[in-house]
Amino acid sequence: MIKYLTRRVLFMLLSLLLIVTATFFFMRLAPGNPFTSEKQLPPAIEANLNEHYGLNDPWYVQYGEYLLRIVQWDFGPSFKYKSQTVNDLINEGFPVSLVLGMEAIFIALAVGVLLGIIAALKHNKWQDYTAMIIAVLGISVPSFIMAAFLQYVFAMKLGLFPVARWGTFSQSVLPAIALAAGPTAFIARLTRSSMLEVLSNDYIKTAKAKGLSQTTITVKHAIRNAILPVVSYMGPLSAGIVTGSFVIEKIFGIPGLGSHFVKSIGNRDYTVIMGVTVFYSIILLVSVLLVDILYGLIDPRIKLAGGKKGE
Amino acid sequence: MKKRMLVLLTLVLALSAFLAACGNGDSGSSEEAKQDLRLNIRSEPFSLNPGLANDSTSSNVLLQTFEGLTRIDKDGEPEEAMAESFDVSEDQLTYTFKIREDANWSNGDPVTAEDFVYAWKWALDPANQSQYAYQLYYVKGAEEANTGEGKLDDVGVKAVDEKTLEVTLNNPTPYFTQLTAFYTYFPVNSKIAQENPDWYKDAGDDYVTNGPFKMTEWNHSESIKLEKNETYWDADAVKLATVEYSMIDDAGTARSMYENDELDWNGLPFDTVSTDAIKALKDSGELKTQATAGTYWYKFNTEVEPLNNVHIRKALTYAIDRKSIVEQITQGGQIPATAAVPPTMFPENEEGYFKDNDVEAAKAELQKGLDELGLKDASELPTITLSYNTDEAHAKIAQAIQDMWKSNLGIDVTLGNEEWAVYIDKLHSGDYQIGRMGWLGDFNDAINFLELYRDKEGGNNDTNWENPEFKQLLIDSQKETDTAKRQQMLKDAEAILMDELPIAPIYFYTNVWVQKDNLKDVVISGLGDAQLKWAYFE
Repeated sequence: MIKYLTRRVLFMLLSLLLIVTATFFFMRLAPGNPFTSEKQLPPAIEANLNEHYGLNDPWYVQYGEYLLRIVQWDFGPSFKYKSQTVNDLINEGFPVSLVLGMEAIFIALAVGVLLGIIAALKHNKWQDYTAMIIAVLGISVPSFIMAAFLQYVFAMKLGLFPVARWGTFSQSVLPAIALAAGPTAFIARLTRSSMLEVLSNDYIKTAKAKGLSQTTITVKHAIRNAILPVVSYMGPLSAGIVTGSFVIEKIFGIPGLGSHFVKSIGNRDYTVIMGVTVFYSIILLVSVLLVDILYGLIDPRIKLAGGKKGE
Repeated sequence: MKKRMLVLLTLVLALSAFLAACGNGDSGSSEEAKQDLRLNIRSEPFSLNPGLANDSTSSNVLLQTFEGLTRIDKDGEPEEAMAESFDVSEDQLTYTFKIREDANWSNGDPVTAEDFVYAWKWALDPANQSQYAYQLYYVKGAEEANTGEGKLDDVGVKAVDEKTLEVTLNNPTPYFTQLTAFYTYFPVNSKIAQENPDWYKDAGDDYVTNGPFKMTEWNHSESIKLEKNETYWDADAVKLATVEYSMIDDAGTARSMYENDELDWNGLPFDTVSTDAIKALKDSGELKTQATAGTYWYKFNTEVEPLNNVHIRKALTYAIDRKSIVEQITQGGQIPATAAVPPTMFPENEEGYFKDNDVEAAKAELQKGLDELGLKDASELPTITLSYNTDEAHAKIAQAIQDMWKSNLGIDVTLGNEEWAVYIDKLHSGDYQIGRMGWLGDFNDAINFLELYRDKEGGNNDTNWENPEFKQLLIDSQKETDTAKRQQMLKDAEAILMDELPIAPIYFYTNVWVQKDNLKDVVISGLGDAQLKWAYFE
């Protein structure tokens, strides 16, 4: 296990290095720089700014310095927001996106798996069709439409929740639902198809023949195997949701990390772009690692160390 | 199994509805109007240090928390603010300001002349990289200090004594007292700023201000809260108790919040009204508009064929139907522009220098241009590209104008758009032919608009056009002490600009917004910024 983990971590570091390098070069390719503005800066001032932020140094110097900084977990100052460093932006934005993300994941898992199981158990009956129609709607309706719809119905017409902003529990309900819509639908479909596949296996027939109740069969035997595809989906999904969705955060005015991903590119805020990309990559790599380990726990047939099957 | 699951699910839903109701039950309404204003400024401000700010978002907050030597009043004229009086020397180069005795910072410290000296020199110090420092260049020695060619000690601002500030200018600048109301000229508490150079990065004990409001909370990227500043010298005139700014970027959401009574204002200068809502609001009479000092224009790259020919430029400029554009596309009560300087500065520019949609004159100019270029027909002209930064409104206007030029003149123009930073980069480097741009005035004087085109290499020119007579008029106007003569010089300069047309003006900007009916006395200046000092709810 230790050997496995060590190897995985090494690969993660390698991936991280590649991601950082690629991002560094791609973002410099875009025309414009952090100080491009309508009222063009006097050249002396711009030269000063470039000097201060080290933008005049040759690319390998900038690259090297940046790598050194990242290792010390210092992402530097933001060009666009003078009062904050990139670390500040991440420290403030991430907890918000995390809480929202966890709520959304909770809803997506609970409702999605539930719908999927019901659909599979009642295969080809009305419960199946209803669940799948809901699933298709959830996947197809774009998140901003879902968000606007929820705002209109539940906030403006029914007055149950506020339209936007963040801070109280009731402010988090609508955005969490909007964020969870797509993943819920996808999880429902995944669960359904893998449940159907599992339910057709011989050992389920044996369990039925042994006289076990439907509940026991489903909960104790079927779900564990059916859930595997959902678990692999959860890896990248959590990483994505937890670091914030730009659209949902924009529409509900939530100060999470998601908006920084997109805005920093428009702002050519190099340090923020690099910072959030590195941060997101780390979270993604860690989630994928966790998912792989979870696999081994759920299904003992899967050997993590892999390869030596007959040992 | 199914029943148990259903029961569990119902319980969970019921629980969340209960909790939601709990969270929402605190909207107690009282009979007397609450003096709490809720606004939306769309995003985190660039900086809340008046010496660093360079954007309207920051300005919206700073104008309420700080105060300069002067303040622009309800009629657009500068009135005494931190300065209770001032004297101007005969040659109009030296201003002596007397600072009020009862002018205090929100922590009780008195506002001193040294606070101004410190703040201005801090903004001019190249190490602080203030992008708006050039606003201070009217002061003697400022430009030299800022570009590193001179010393900060030689800047013409001095604290004669604790309450007397002496400023020496480079040229007689009749609009100087307008400038001192601008945020780059605001003071900061020099004692605190020297002890804690990071004082402006967060709200707290060190973030002290001298204006009608003080900042009590700053949740980055989320909200800012202001409260009435009891130590403000004119605190009796301030009626609002609190101001809360949220930072909602989405215009649709801001609109919903306004309709759901979660915001008291939707629109400029704080945020924007989404374009699809404008027509309905105008029809219902709710929409408010006010002309601001801003011009939307197309710049011609005068070094590129065929735009180097003045007749072609005239043809293109005269053939635009501005009235249709402002009535059908922008729909915000904008004024068609046939001049460069907005009517808030030159009222006669509502009429302008030429007729709008003058297709006859355009065709005549086109013919002259073709003759000069030795071409027989418009289809022989080299391709012209019209560029703009990606935006729905700019796209619609460009398409309309492309169509006007095709049908009126037979000239084919291709459209191109890029993301803002890419676009502005291309413009500044001359990599364009016709480009869309706008200019919003920083202070209420025509030179603000005319000096853009004074030097070919000027940072905001982009047209590669220069005219020695135009240049000389502007330079001379800086030294002219007689107001009437100076205005005439500026008008003459504008006449040259409108004759050679390196730009095609399209319309003058307006502020468009909606506000709650019982909100009164929010003063919006001709430049489009808002002051909340006198605002209240009826």
